[in-house]
Amino acid sequence: MATKMDTSAIGGCNPEAAICTRAVTRDFQAGQQTITVLHGIDLDVKAGELTFLVGESGSGKTTLISIMCGILWPTEGEVKVFGTDIYDLSDDQLVEFRLQNIGFIFQQYNLIPSIDAASNAAVPLIAQGMERHEAREKAVAMLEKLNIGDQADKLPNQLSGGQQQRVAIARALVHEPRLVVCDEPTAALDAASGRRVMDLLKEVAVAEDRACIIVTHDNRIFDMADRILVLEDGKVTHDGTDMPPSDFGDH
Amino acid sequence: MIWIAIRMLTGDAQKFFGLVFGIAFSTLLITQQLTIFINLLERGASGVYNVSSADVWVMDPVSRTTDVAYAMPSTALDKVRGVPGVEWAVPHIRAQASVRTKDGDLEGVAVIGVDDATLIGLPKNMVEGSVDVLSQPDSVIIDDVGTTRMFPGQSPIGERLELNDQRAVIRGIADAIPSFTSTVVLYTKYSQALNYVPGTRNRLSFVLVGAENPAEAKALSEKIEEETGLKAQTREEFARDGVQFIIENTGIPLNFGITVALGFIVGVAIVGLTFSLFIRDNIKQFGALKAIGVTNGKIRKMVAAQAGLVGLIGYGLGVLGTVGFIQAFSSDPTFKGFYIPWQIPLISAAAVTIILALTGWLALRSVLKTEPAAVFR
Ligand SMILES: Nc1ncnc2c1ncn2[C@@H]1O[C@H](COP(=O)(O)OP(=O)(O)O)[C@@H](O)[C@H]1O
Ligand SMILES: [Mg+2]
Repeated sequence: MATKMDTSAIGGCNPEAAICTRAVTRDFQAGQQTITVLHGIDLDVKAGELTFLVGESGSGKTTLISIMCGILWPTEGEVKVFGTDIYDLSDDQLVEFRLQNIGFIFQQYNLIPSIDAASNAAVPLIAQGMERHEAREKAVAMLEKLNIGDQADKLPNQLSGGQQQRVAIARALVHEPRLVVCDEPTAALDAASGRRVMDLLKEVAVAEDRACIIVTHDNRIFDMADRILVLEDGKVTHDGTDMPPSDFGDH
Repeated sequence: MIWIAIRMLTGDAQKFFGLVFGIAFSTLLITQQLTIFINLLERGASGVYNVSSADVWVMDPVSRTTDVAYAMPSTALDKVRGVPGVEWAVPHIRAQASVRTKDGDLEGVAVIGVDDATLIGLPKNMVEGSVDVLSQPDSVIIDDVGTTRMFPGQSPIGERLELNDQRAVIRGIADAIPSFTSTVVLYTKYSQALNYVPGTRNRLSFVLVGAENPAEAKALSEKIEEETGLKAQTREEFARDGVQFIIENTGIPLNFGITVALGFIVGVAIVGLTFSLFIRDNIKQFGALKAIGVTNGKIRKMVAAQAGLVGLIGYGLGVLGTVGFIQAFSSDPTFKGFYIPWQIPLISAAAVTIILALTGWLALRSVLKTEPAAVFR
């Protein structure tokens, strides 16, 4: 999977950058042929701002964010997360790195159905080895911050979809990761709920020393970004505080 | 994480019970069938075990077991008595006969004639009556299995039988280990047995020997063979031969082997299927855990904990079930004296471990293969 890249080709990463990718490419094998999904991505993501990764379906957003958060090996290129060349780590070191530094909000939440909201939110802390009751206490505090402290003892299937998403957000933040990644958080929500979730994320996830990347193709929330990166056919075609003036995303 | 693993498993009650049931079923089948098998095999030696005082059994060289014996001339007794190291030697006769009961039923029985003077050859304990009854004319002592077979629900004491056309009166019940076939056994004095068993010249089946030094029974048996030209075996050897005879001459090892194998296979099937379903249902959660930062090593431990819990509960239930079964049937003479040899629970524990290791490993493979990146799809 991991291919050693030619380091001479890599331009220097800004040591301040939360995430730095240099010449990242990713190929997938589709039967006989190889499709290149990402073509040499060079990006710096800063901490302290809400970064959107937008683009049409199939443009490579999920692939890119997966590479940036250490769950998918790039075919070539370098990825540094807070100065660590993550694909230079051993498999177990990389897993440990994710556990300490990254919070994930999955589109399908992937909560464990047989443990309650607080325990679900406490999973990263428990995985870090924290004693269960202490972990739960911290998780309950986080749920309170997300206004569902009163649901802490409920099982996922006793919660509404919105509440489950908040539990998933709590799980992503409970261990105070330095990078939070979120794939299509509003895709399944109506406009009003989508904005509420984004308001909440802005409030709890964005912090001075934390990078927060949100993958979306939901044009209803583009105005909430601090920075927008547009991906088209595996290339970054726009990088700014707003969307480019074209009518992209008008669907 | 182990706690989470256990909750993941127990939270899915249906699959959890499915898994526990699968293991319990396998354990029960394997433990119970092996127990019956071993106990039945040991029945091949019951004739030897019932005469606990004999250190050495002497017989015709062609004789194989207590029930497969070729008679010797009565002079054999004196020859054996003449061997140094023999403390005592008594005649013992074992023969087949038919009895006609009062109701006119015909039943095949074993007649065992024990030494007139010492009564050596009788089982150690009596269920009813005393061994002294044999001094009365036409007396026989029936064994307890025979009682339940021939006189279910009633006392056989005082019952008259027609034994090979001779009169016999039951005057006692012996506490004996049943034979492999649970044949009715009638004990009587040697002299009386000669009357019951149709006359051929040679009717002495065995000479039972007490050794001066029981610890050297083996050496004594060799000495007897040397000096008499007869076959002599220690109690242990002769018991083993009785068991061996059943192994060689019945289909039971194969039959029980098939059942035990079935128990194992059914266990693998039920547990393997349920385990795989459980993992498949939870594959998204496992994927999320892997993305969040749970190593494959920890995932292995989680699945091992799940398998361990299932194994412990299922195995416990299975062994308890076997104990319950043995208890429930302990009054049935077919199962009289049945016990669970300690090796059997170990064997079924090993089988359960193999089942769980195999199925757990199969189920685990899909988790380990899952790319953490799959959680974003
Ligand atoms: N595991 C994979 N195997 C083969 N092709 C893949 C795989 N993952 C993604 N792709 C392909 O890469 C392209 C980009 O996918 P993705 O990163 O999911 O885009 P987006 O998230 O922007 O919709 C798509 O054409 C998709 O079919
Ligand atoms: Mg996507």
